Amino acid sequence: MIKLESKVPEGNLAEKWTNHKFSMKLVNPSNKRKFEIIIVGSGLAGASAAATLGELGYKVKVFTYHDSSRRAHSIAAQGGINAAKNYQNDGDSVHRLFYDTIKGGDFRGREANTWRLAEVSNNIIDQCVAQGVPFAREYGGTLANRSFGGAQVSRTFYARGETGQQLLLGAYSSLNRQVKLGNVTLFPRREMLDLVVVDGQAKGIITRNLLSGEMERHMGQAVILASGGYSNVFFLSTNAMNSNSTAAWRAHKRGAAFANPCYTQIHPTCLPAHGDYQSKLVLMSESLRNDGRIWVSKKAGDMRAAKDIPEEERDYYLERKYPAFGNLVPRDVASRNAKYVCDEGRGVKGTRAVYLDFADAFKRVGKNAIQEKYGNLFDMYQNITGKNPYEVPMRIYPAPHYTMGGLWVDYHLMSNIPGLFVLGEANFSDHGANRLGASALMQGLADGYFIIPYTLGNYLTTEKPEKVDTDRSEFKEAEENVKESVNKILAVNGNEPVDEIHKRLGHVLIDKVGMSRSAKGLNEAIETIRGLRDEFWSNVKITGKADELNQNLERAGRVADFLELGELMAVDALNRNESCGGHFREEYQTEEGEALRDDENYSYVAAWEYKKAGEWELNKEPLQFEYVKLSTRSYK
Amino acid sequence: MSEQTLNLTLKIWRQETPSAKGYFEEFKVAISPDASILEVLDILNNDLEKEGKRPVAFESDCREGICGTCGIVINGHPHGPIPKQATCQLHMRNFQDGETIYLEPFRAKAFPIIKDLIIDRSAFDKIQQAGAFISFNAGSAPDANEIPIPKEVASLALDAAECIGCGACVATCKNSSAMLFVGAKVSQFALLPQGQPERYQRVQEMVAVMDEAGFGSCTNTYACEAECPKGISVTNIARMNRDYLVSKMTTKS
Ligand SMILES: Cc1cc2nc3c(=O)[nH]c(=O)nc-3n(C[C@H](O)[C@H](O)[C@H](O)COP(=O)(O)OP(=O)(O)OC[C@H]3O[C@@H](n4cnc5c(N)ncnc54)[C@H](O)[C@@H]3O)c2cc1C
Repeated sequence: MIKLESKVPEGNLAEKWTNHKFSMKLVNPSNKRKFEIIIVGSGLAGASAAATLGELGYKVKVFTYHDSSRRAHSIAAQGGINAAKNYQNDGDSVHRLFYDTIKGGDFRGREANTWRLAEVSNNIIDQCVAQGVPFAREYGGTLANRSFGGAQVSRTFYARGETGQQLLLGAYSSLNRQVKLGNVTLFPRREMLDLVVVDGQAKGIITRNLLSGEMERHMGQAVILASGGYSNVFFLSTNAMNSNSTAAWRAHKRGAAFANPCYTQIHPTCLPAHGDYQSKLVLMSESLRNDGRIWVSKKAGDMRAAKDIPEEERDYYLERKYPAFGNLVPRDVASRNAKYVCDEGRGVKGTRAVYLDFADAFKRVGKNAIQEKYGNLFDMYQNITGKNPYEVPMRIYPAPHYTMGGLWVDYHLMSNIPGLFVLGEANFSDHGANRLGASALMQGLADGYFIIPYTLGNYLTTEKPEKVDTDRSEFKEAEENVKESVNKILAVNGNEPVDEIHKRLGHVLIDKVGMSRSAKGLNEAIETIRGLRDEFWSNVKITGKADELNQNLERAGRVADFLELGELMAVDALNRNESCGGHFREEYQTEEGEALRDDENYSYVAAWEYKKAGEWELNKEPLQFEYVKLSTRSYK
Repeated sequence: MSEQTLNLTLKIWRQETPSAKGYFEEFKVAISPDASILEVLDILNNDLEKEGKRPVAFESDCREGICGTCGIVINGHPHGPIPKQATCQLHMRNFQDGETIYLEPFRAKAFPIIKDLIIDRSAFDKIQQAGAFISFNAGSAPDANEIPIPKEVASLALDAAECIGCGACVATCKNSSAMLFVGAKVSQFALLPQGQPERYQRVQEMVAVMDEAGFGSCTNTYACEAECPKGISVTNIARMNRDYLVSKMTTKS
């Protein structure tokens, strides 16, 4: 049993963070440089944390498997970042952003964390502008906003369809400043393969140098994981090719609880899959739903071209079913409904795709205005599909995109292993069972710029973690452990390439642990995944050696972890006998087919403790809602 | 989507280690026109792995043209023959059945080859670390709307800031100049009010590191703009040159 203490401070929700910042202990400025801190990841969460901790004077070491810290997956975020600035004077506030986020997450997030996220959101925008992030502007020179799903206000800041790039390059610039000042050391092309725990505290990591294959030991008085999400467990997702769960998973196997693994987000507006050689699914930013209208034919198996289907034979199903939010319902609702209409055979020409149509927007504001807003997304669509979206409506279909689940953390963003902090998409904390658009960038930067600088200091002063030598037995044991697993993979020498096993895992997961789940399907999935895992360890074929640049080996290690995580996702989904947010259990729905929560029995965070391969123990953190009234999420 | 299959010959640069001698190896592939060039390499590698042969080492990540990781010289063009695209965005429908396609790494003295199509672009990071930032600490920023920035200025700054750091500009330049890469970053900050305090110091520091890293000089052939997947304009180079000149006249060092 793990002791899960959320450490949410006492007091009024709106004052918790302010009061807590005051009550937390500080590290004396001259002592900060005596602390060595490891950060795994240089995405928005990792880069912002590294820059800020560097500014404070800590000795920071940043690890990334990329060749440069600028290439983290955050770079690909398109649509925007939320903040409660209320620059539009349309009724936004910290309270409203908080409420939208907790409701969007179907009341399965931790109230105090979500409030804090909304509270610091405004500082993020100030910070980024000061860094020189060229956000979109109005003619008067003030910042522009757009709206995203699950919100009725315009609070999303953006830079064309490249918001993630601009925010990450902003964080990267602050990080580079600290590199120059000597406070941060970068370790690119390193993959963390194990966590080192000494006397119960996280004290280091083992990395593999991806160029030479050499194993390296690194010591830190605290270890911060900002290693991103695990959507690539599905093989096909919108995540970058190399995104993976290994850092989080290896920490999990060292004792860190994994929370709500079944909460995954399938994004409604992606390009449909087109062939089995396909390597990834491309996201079309949700911001397109501001101006695009989603529809299918009213008839099943309608083979007519879009232009030949008259207006009255089209079903704008989101507008019909959810008049208040229309095309801007939250992602889980939009995705599930796309699945339903396609299950009914009403997808585009009988395929698994629906239309996203801009014809009305062209009429309303003109093609130029639409081009100005989404030009690069339209170009991207045309480039990939070979079709011109200014002439024919886009075809879209949901794809795995974001994982709300992740390593369990308390209010300080610390896992149950003292000294192991988890930031950004890698933790579970702020989005409940479904994340609203434009709030992941917000969370990553909130964690890195504004939260960890306080909570880390508090840990260092209260727990006083000592430096340890990397010659210690714990480092040696961890390094041996990693070497052994690498050698074990290479020794299999079977017949099946690793991607083929990964694709089969992806098929099972999307089919049975995807947009719609049932007890029967989940049990089948668990069986199949176990079988795949055995197959991997008896039949995978990896070329090359351990002590060289070996991408095949890198992928195999990640897939080995996915084969364990995939099972836990199914186990978690099976345990949760309710529907909430992105987790939809067919057995638990309202008459109208909407998610049916069971607050009495499932208002908890499921934090799984690793026992051995395929065996976990469930720990529950009850969710207490003091300020919001749990209600049925309605977007009608 | 398209039913037909393209039969192609690939001639791919193979080089086991940085110091090994490289050579072209020939492969035959049959592929859907809807696949991307990197998916062709995925399929090829999958087959090579099955046969226990060494797969082709190449890098990519986002496969959406924004992370800047991928970069292959395709038939003589960095990122291939289609303008304003990164390698990962190049789809096979742009090739003819029966065609031979040459795939080589980006080549420049400052970008040593690591293995096959993988190169070392860490020199780019070093240039950025020299001065591509605005010095202030988290928490000290004023309200974001305090300084209005005209829409066109923000838009110009973003045009420059869109650089993905892939290195195609260097690879295509006969002098291996990095002026477009550096000019883009210098311009982004030079255009914005927030970038003014360190404007002239920044350009000097970045240019100094650029020169040390072994990039060549710019002789205004503009191949860089033509091959840039983001279409970054050479006016950014002009802006950098002007700032550099001013900096030499107005600061010490
Ligand atoms: C296509 C797309 C568009 C999106 N658009 C938006 C949007 O508009 N708005 C929004 O709010 N969110 C968006 N998101 C979500 C958002 O981009 C991510 O949730 C967020 O960027 C994650 O940031 P991160 O810092 O947690 O992780 P990442 O950016 O994924 O960074 C992970 C880092 O960890 C490193 N790493 C991981 N494992 C290891 C290891 N074992 N060893 C060493 N290093 C390791 C990686 O190298 C990398 O540096 C989008 C996501 C996608 C896929």
